[in-house]
Amino acid sequence: MFKTADMLNIFQKYRGDAIVVPGRGGRHWINISQKPKLDVPLGDPAMGGHCAFAFGLAMALPHRKVVLFDSEGDLQMSLGVLMSVAEQKPANFYHFMLDNECYATTGGQPVPNAKNVQYDLIAKGSGYPRAFAFDELDAFAKALPDILEQKGPVFVAMKVVPEVENEAIGQRKRWMTRTRTQAINDLRQELRIA
Amino acid sequence: MNDMVTTQHLSPETVLAQMKKHGVTHVVWLPDSETNWLYLLMQAEPTLTLVAVSREGLAASIAAGLAAGGKKPLILIQNTGLMESGDSIRGWLLGLNIPVVLMVGLRGWTRHGVTQDTAAVYTERFLNAFNISYYLVESDADASRISVAFEEAEKTNRPVAVLVGDEYHGFMTK
Repeated sequence: MFKTADMLNIFQKYRGDAIVVPGRGGRHWINISQKPKLDVPLGDPAMGGHCAFAFGLAMALPHRKVVLFDSEGDLQMSLGVLMSVAEQKPANFYHFMLDNECYATTGGQPVPNAKNVQYDLIAKGSGYPRAFAFDELDAFAKALPDILEQKGPVFVAMKVVPEVENEAIGQRKRWMTRTRTQAINDLRQELRIA
Repeated sequence: MNDMVTTQHLSPETVLAQMKKHGVTHVVWLPDSETNWLYLLMQAEPTLTLVAVSREGLAASIAAGLAAGGKKPLILIQNTGLMESGDSIRGWLLGLNIPVVLMVGLRGWTRHGVTQDTAAVYTERFLNAFNISYYLVESDADASRISVAFEEAEKTNRPVAVLVGDEYHGFMTK
């Protein structure tokens, strides 16, 4: 397992002009990203939908890389999206998934069969042409440049350290600095989308 | 004979024409028995991309991503799936101010006698609970209501539903 922030710091070096949907990694990415207008930090509009949203964005903007940091809890809730992605084959879609083996925001309870799911194999079996899995940061860092050069859709599962939150939701520090609609509007403005 | 078909039933050509009129680029959909007649026409239409989903809630978040990226999606699902999609509609469509038309097969709908199918019984109540406007279309004569739905979605930046209260009766003869 490795820390999400450490992984994102490495990713940042290779981000280029990709649109980033940081998903559950948003709280870290917001302090790491050097191109916030190309980021779409949405927090959690409704659990299970991050991949579908980023997939839609990738289909809408086929000439721009779209990188998603999904989570295993979200993906378990919407596994069927893998088949939809694989059918459409968006060549610009890079689907990274943070697997901390638990629901960290609700206190760290394990997701179903937490330690025994091979998400890369599920992605591959769903039709993703390329899928990888990492549990060591060095191996991830070494492979990342090549992964981002490959034609999408690409799936990358990563074992990350849980960052469990136990405070009541109302007492947690809010990390989002823009509203969801503002983040989308900033992206559209940056890309000159009418 | 053709006049009978075009005035008493909702033909797929009419629905497709509405999609084209309003610039729909992607149809995010899960087949149902009320709107399955659209499939062949949509598949043959080069301006449309069909995005199949395995659960209707995914249609909301996919449509949100498409709209954020500047495309114009339409969601085509059954009322059963509409109700399954509640949290996704709340978070991804209403929460992100997505202007999108949901074309919803109204399973169980009847103008005659007592509605037995709970899918139909709860559909309007569900939409009212989410404060989503809806328009019933049953025949080609209702085509203008589809336009109203598209226009309202754009004007309000909200999802608007079209309830399809008719099933397949055959394509129009050219």
